[in-house]
Amino acid sequence: MENLQLIIPELFISIMIMFLLIFGVFKKNSSQLVYNLTTVSLVAALTLIINLDSQIQSSLFNNSYNIDSLARFMKILLILSGIFVMLSSSKYIQINKISKIEYPILILCSILGMMVMISSNDLIVFYMGLELQSLALYVLASFNRDNLLSTESGLKYFVLSALSSGLLLYGCSLIYGFSETTNFNQIMVNTKEIEYGLTFGIVFILVGLAFKISAVPFHMWAPDVYQGSPTSVTVFFALLPKIAALTVFIRFLYIPFYELGDQWQMIIIFLSIASMVFGAVAAIGQKNLKRLIAYSSISHMGYALAGLSTGTTQGVQSSIIYITIYLVMNLAFFSCLFMLKRNDEYYEKIDDLSGLSKNHPLLSLSLLVVLFSLAGIPPLAGFFAKFYIFVAVINEKMYFLAIVGLMATVIAAFYYLRIIKIIYFDPEKEKFESKHNLGLKFTLVASTFFILAYFIYPSGIIDIISQININ
Amino acid sequence: MNFPILSSLILLPTIGALFIFFVRSSNSQYQSSKYVALFITLANFFLSLYLWIVFDKSIVDFQFVEEREWISGFVNYKVGVDGISILFILLTTFITPICVITVNATIKNRLKDFLIAILILETFMIGVFCSLDLVVFYLFFEAGLIPMFLIIGIWGGERRVYSAFKFFLYTLLGSVLMLVAIISIYWITGTTDVIKLYELGIDAKYQNLLWLAFFSSFAVKTPMWPVHTWLPDAHVEAPTAGSVLLAAILLKMAGYGFIRFSIGLFPDASLYFVPLVYTLSLIAIIYTSLVALMQEDMKKLIAYSSVAHMGFVTLGIFTMTQQGIEGSIFQMISHGLVSAALFLCVGVVYDRLHTRLINRYGGLVSIMPKYAIVFMVFTLGALGLPGTSGFIGEFLVLMGAFKKNILVATIASLGVILGAAYMLWLYKRIIFGKLINEDVKKMVDLKRFEIVTLWLLVLPIIFFGFYPEPLINSIEVSVANMIDMNDLDKINKLALGE
Repeated sequence: MENLQLIIPELFISIMIMFLLIFGVFKKNSSQLVYNLTTVSLVAALTLIINLDSQIQSSLFNNSYNIDSLARFMKILLILSGIFVMLSSSKYIQINKISKIEYPILILCSILGMMVMISSNDLIVFYMGLELQSLALYVLASFNRDNLLSTESGLKYFVLSALSSGLLLYGCSLIYGFSETTNFNQIMVNTKEIEYGLTFGIVFILVGLAFKISAVPFHMWAPDVYQGSPTSVTVFFALLPKIAALTVFIRFLYIPFYELGDQWQMIIIFLSIASMVFGAVAAIGQKNLKRLIAYSSISHMGYALAGLSTGTTQGVQSSIIYITIYLVMNLAFFSCLFMLKRNDEYYEKIDDLSGLSKNHPLLSLSLLVVLFSLAGIPPLAGFFAKFYIFVAVINEKMYFLAIVGLMATVIAAFYYLRIIKIIYFDPEKEKFESKHNLGLKFTLVASTFFILAYFIYPSGIIDIISQININ
Repeated sequence: MNFPILSSLILLPTIGALFIFFVRSSNSQYQSSKYVALFITLANFFLSLYLWIVFDKSIVDFQFVEEREWISGFVNYKVGVDGISILFILLTTFITPICVITVNATIKNRLKDFLIAILILETFMIGVFCSLDLVVFYLFFEAGLIPMFLIIGIWGGERRVYSAFKFFLYTLLGSVLMLVAIISIYWITGTTDVIKLYELGIDAKYQNLLWLAFFSSFAVKTPMWPVHTWLPDAHVEAPTAGSVLLAAILLKMAGYGFIRFSIGLFPDASLYFVPLVYTLSLIAIIYTSLVALMQEDMKKLIAYSSVAHMGFVTLGIFTMTQQGIEGSIFQMISHGLVSAALFLCVGVVYDRLHTRLINRYGGLVSIMPKYAIVFMVFTLGALGLPGTSGFIGEFLVLMGAFKKNILVATIASLGVILGAAYMLWLYKRIIFGKLINEDVKKMVDLKRFEIVTLWLLVLPIIFFGFYPEPLINSIEVSVANMIDMNDLDKINKLALGE
């Protein structure tokens, strides 16, 4: 029990969830207060995590819960994104009348589930975390009850996600059956030779995980859910679950099944290529910005998987860098989306951006930077993200993957350019409101600045990430 | 040398751009930002002039080298100049202020944004010419796409969207393979530092594929036949200043890349692919000259002539002789000046009549005599008349080519004749002939700022035509070193079976 201080952040968030729930029920009209308290408790949890030793390496609960440098970094990333999501979307939920006390509490629940996922070193613990985050997300997706699209997306997400969870659980049981353990470290010790059942188990679990990060061909839910959910939930979907699922991907592939690299490598490469190409091609015809960013994030996940497929430490590090930069870019993009507001109504069609640059030069400049960065054009941060991935991929002589990936960036560049064209080259439309709350402005400025200025000192993030040891 | 003069050259325009971006002018037209931009670009020009003066032309090594850790343990920010790159830097800093002056007449809306785009573009262009690391080079090379895309797209003509997209996607597609090659070079040799790579050399078995990857990027950017089709579109739709920068400097990045990287890093592969480059260059020279002959749009005609001229450049580079490479560099500088001037000339009449169709003009000599004089000089410069800088470049290239392959040289010489044909015919149709169009009669002769910009370009064209020494001096040692270093002469002789 003396190690309990290592999970203080998780404990703290659990206590805050219970406290806020009771507080919100007993105090009337406290939704805004609960929202703010949630943000504050996330900040507190962040400081608690940062206080952990950066080189920490210990495991709790019979070696089923890992607190190491990877978990620490990913949790910092997770909670930081959570804070920024809360800051940028507070106005949105008020205007769309979804500002209820349950909303921030569900977000906290989901974050808690993801933290458990990130630290899990055991199939059961991992599944528990996964379900905690998913259940909260189902409700969040359909949170705008009066909106048809929102309820539809919640239901759709629930049905498909339940299916994938079932597959994942089946995979877990197969692995347990063949290795007599659910602990990541023990699985490899117990299996001396490759058995078909084990391989099937790996495949089922990979399917479940691929669903969570919306990799092709398990992406079908993403565009509908992104479009249907309230934008404040979409930004949550686009950022946080990806961090958690990618961490589990890393742990799952690199701890128990590292030796079986030749079994899973082809699967990951296929997922990666399919996601990159499909995401790039399918986004071309989109008219809705949220739907477009869904396809774009499918494609981005393909690149992150390309880093993982190398089977090297460098590849994993490049994936972590990729997801970090991806988070910042998406945060900036959604902040811009939150600013497209006129008379208490939010606009999310690409055509609504027409001629934005004449009336809102600064907002369009941020969008320009973000979109070029998403397209991976130097010297913006998005280029470096892709650059590290390809450095890792080419080191393993996987030229085919590298060239397909780069060709996909060219295809993807087309639809990003199309948005820029609409912003800058097309005739102007009615003005949007130019007054925004401070949190939103801060989020946009901070993330855009990060993207723009990343090239000045790219070593900073690499140095931090290179200290993460995976095994 | 403690003062980081090259980094200052790179950074100064960006600082100017930031200044223009943040300072609000009381005047809604932002006229004062024009003077800020002019001041910054002129300061940059004088700085590069100073660089040229203190540059020691007799030393083989790269000078003013700056090195700083950038991506730790992987890529260093490294810049430096030798006799070749310094000329391109000078060309860049010389052309940019001229572009800034032209905004007077051509840019009607969003002047401030335009100036920022031009200044940022200047940063990237200078960066390309002095970077001594492949990754840094790629960074600058690609980054230039963003401002150019916006320049064509926002301030361009009717089909600007199509042209901007075509420009962007063509160039991006060409470049991605180069990125793969750069990363591969890193894993093969352990560095992307150009100077170290020159010393280490790259194993011959990798060279061919790497060469092709670099070639795919440079061929699109040069542009070589058959991937040249983006250029006429981009030129036609871009505003005058955009066309000038595109023709004068952006195209030269590829020629520079061929010399610095293709020849410098992969000498064996370069030799292997000589027939390919010869063929494409000759097709470019002959075919696009013929196409230029048939154009009805002035800008398109000059754009096709650029493709033909760049054909001479690639031909000269891949003769891999002292004369050929020197001639190519000279031709690039000269074409930078001449094509910039020709686009400015088109801009002058376009601003008055708002058409680029050749048959709408005619008889300009009687109402715009000053214009007729400068246009004459540039026409002669473009067709390579002795006494203009165009002649020296073409002459040296052909000399190099005759040394290697008489057939190739003969066909290329035909291109010179065709060049004279389309340029003189263009001149005849615009300047001479009967004054038919009523609107043409109302056109006024050159304004003061136009006279300044155009004569600024006339002077170096004629000066270097009569006295090419300063340029040749500057590149001679570097080119000779490049040929020695790679044993190009020896390789050449082996190939010829001597």
